[in-house]
Amino acid sequence: MSNNTCFHCGLDASSSRIVYDEKSFCCNGCKTVYEIFSANNLTCYYDLQEAPGATPKEVEGKYNFLDNAKIVEQLLEFNDDKTQIVTLYIPHIHCSSCIWILENLNKLHPSVSASIVNFGKKTVRITYNSENLSLKELVKLLSRIGYEPFISLDDYSVGKKHTDRSLIYKLGIAGFAFGNIMFLSFPEYFQSNEFWLEQYKYLFRWLMFVFSLPVIFYSAQDYFISAFKGLRSKILNIDVPIALGAAVLFLRSTVEIVFDIGSGFFDSLSGLIFFLLLGKFFQQKTYNFLSFERDYKSYFPIGITKITSNSLEESIQVYDIKKGDRLLIRNEELIPVDCILIKGNARIDYSFVTGESEAISKKSGDKLFAGGKQLEGSIEVDVIKTVEQSYLTQLWSNDVFNKNKEDSFTTLTNKISKKFTVTILCIAFIATAYWLFMDATKALNVFTAVLIIACPCAIALAAPFTLGNLLRIFGKLKFYAKNASVIEQLAAIDTIIFDKTGTITSNTETTIKYEGSQFSHEEEAFLKSTLRNSNHPLSRSLYSLLNEHQIVTLDRYEEHIGKGIQAQRSLDSIKIGSATYVGHDAESATLNTSIHVSTNNKYKGKFTFYNKYRKGLSKLFNKLKKEYDLVILSGDNAGEKENLTKLLPAKTKLFFNQKPEDKLEYIKHHQNSGAKVLMIGDGLNDAGALAQSNIGIAISENVNVFSPACDAILDASKFNKLYHFIKASKSAIKIIKWSFALSFVYNCIGLYFAVTGQLAPVVAAILMPLSSISIVVFTTITTNILGKRLE
Amino acid sequence: MSVIYILLAISIIVAVGFFIAFIIAVKSGQYDDSYTPSVRMLFEDELIKEKTNKTILTKKEQ
Repeated sequence: MSNNTCFHCGLDASSSRIVYDEKSFCCNGCKTVYEIFSANNLTCYYDLQEAPGATPKEVEGKYNFLDNAKIVEQLLEFNDDKTQIVTLYIPHIHCSSCIWILENLNKLHPSVSASIVNFGKKTVRITYNSENLSLKELVKLLSRIGYEPFISLDDYSVGKKHTDRSLIYKLGIAGFAFGNIMFLSFPEYFQSNEFWLEQYKYLFRWLMFVFSLPVIFYSAQDYFISAFKGLRSKILNIDVPIALGAAVLFLRSTVEIVFDIGSGFFDSLSGLIFFLLLGKFFQQKTYNFLSFERDYKSYFPIGITKITSNSLEESIQVYDIKKGDRLLIRNEELIPVDCILIKGNARIDYSFVTGESEAISKKSGDKLFAGGKQLEGSIEVDVIKTVEQSYLTQLWSNDVFNKNKEDSFTTLTNKISKKFTVTILCIAFIATAYWLFMDATKALNVFTAVLIIACPCAIALAAPFTLGNLLRIFGKLKFYAKNASVIEQLAAIDTIIFDKTGTITSNTETTIKYEGSQFSHEEEAFLKSTLRNSNHPLSRSLYSLLNEHQIVTLDRYEEHIGKGIQAQRSLDSIKIGSATYVGHDAESATLNTSIHVSTNNKYKGKFTFYNKYRKGLSKLFNKLKKEYDLVILSGDNAGEKENLTKLLPAKTKLFFNQKPEDKLEYIKHHQNSGAKVLMIGDGLNDAGALAQSNIGIAISENVNVFSPACDAILDASKFNKLYHFIKASKSAIKIIKWSFALSFVYNCIGLYFAVTGQLAPVVAAILMPLSSISIVVFTTITTNILGKRLE
Repeated sequence: MSVIYILLAISIIVAVGFFIAFIIAVKSGQYDDSYTPSVRMLFEDELIKEKTNKTILTKKEQ
């Protein structure tokens, strides 16, 4: 076989030896999917993209909660007697093959009548006949072909979600009016006195007036509302001069055409609103498939299996769990509430909660916390707290999650607009006063002209376009910021706080170091064979790291919980476990996780487990240390302290054993003394800290699936680029300042015309769009250059 | 002379027609997903009718 990768998913298939239809597969799951596709004439799937699939997971029993009609009802978008429509989130959607197969679902099951994929959001909307196909069967069908939907508590009652398209409407209306008004005002631009045009100019003017009505009353309403709100809370934000300018433009233009003085500035008015909305639209374009506002609901399952008093299984909704209930947690299921383990072998993966990758073994009677994922078989637990009272949920009831960071941050634009508004009003009043003495008839004209021409359209556009474009460039480089103000705030930080596990260390890799006397070949084979029998996570890691050996059969094998394992083969014996267990004097307590080994009651040595740090960590810290205070807040013990101090600059502060609340408090404390904090973390345990900090960045190995609530998500592979992103943000602020300078020049020219009382419609019609467009061009070009340098 | 009224009326009716089309398009969700339709139109309906296994093999071995 020439091809050693799985035909379906592209993983290594050299060791599996599964060949079907002259193609190799890495596992039976992939083969089954291929069989399903080829049996239904759907192999075109593989023509579109090479190895597009995902290995299907075992899902037996996992979707039993979909038997519960109440839960199903909440998930459905539409439901009558026969037809049901559901929208499912499928994280695996990643290429055109995925779109093709999901939109051809009707060929796999005749009851499916239509399925439509939204690639950006990674969702599929399926219409099916509920008489022959239940939602549970549909979900199982999707899982069988490797497209397992992700259903969480967040989806509960989504059917009624409504998408906000008002900005597109407003933009469309403004653009429509802008174009038409421009055409209608052409005769006025040329100031032709032709009889023919003179005769119809009133018609033209009133038409322009009609077109401008929806612009001022619908498209521009956000600016008026925002300006009003700003004034009420005594803040002069950028919307105040914009609203003032737009209102004056409209009123003066109306007055002009009513009294037949001139044709007004309706073209400038609609153009201004159009460009402003365009900037807003650009800024709002964020990533559909990322969720920045996660809370515990996005992690929790909707339904859970309850064991009733007469030991029957019943699917109930998570919110219906009561204290004292007996629950069944299956393999790979998330524990939704704090509980006590009653029956079964628990190996819990708390990585969602703590970021710690190693699974923890628990025995009957131990307390289990919400958010852990069971990894080995099914267990039975007794509930001690309801969902709302569980540890993880409690974290989210902290006040920091309820306040809006954006509101407390004054943007550069708003800072400038305050001075700007005051200056403009001063100029307007002084010029009016001057003209009152010189030529009173012109005074009102000058007053309104100043307010019109000084309307800070260009200033208002500089920030959205610079930051919006940079947002897009960052996104391409796998740094996803929630909105534009994140970049502005990133430029202002002076303290950077890192979480340790999962943030500066890699979640998927650990390194193991051996200290002690050499093993013989037989001993190593013996060691490996012994480890094979153990389910302890450390044994597992060590087992996978030792060289391939012939597995030997053991005569005796014993496992002592909390101590270690012991095995016997012919005359040899081996002990693996804690120092005291293997008969080694407990040395000066090192905090590292290690396994000690002795053979035939003779101490051999120990394996120590180390975290593996991310590539380029040292270099990154050395770059950052010149400008920022660096802190590491770790929830772990101080075992890695020595290692870290060697690796990082001397100035770096290290704190260990920090609980989630401690991290939050630490940041709050520093913010109170004036620090601008950037927090970088990964697990749910950092969620509070991420929310409290000025900017919270979540590091994620898999951007699509899990990351806590944050302001930005950074792909783990780009971690060493962090410094460059911060530097680029700073450059962006410089670009905005230059744009301000540029628009200031335009305003000076415009003000000259306005103050001297010679603002003709044609001057306004040229100057206002020109300033806006040149700002947009300037910021786009400069940010693109900035982006090029980043790559 | 007053032909301009007719011309204006026609041009505005046409413009408003396009505008209404735009509103309908937004309302129907056409602007919600700007990527998938561009891929969808490239799929061919006939391909699946052929004997599928062979076609894939040739493709893979090329």
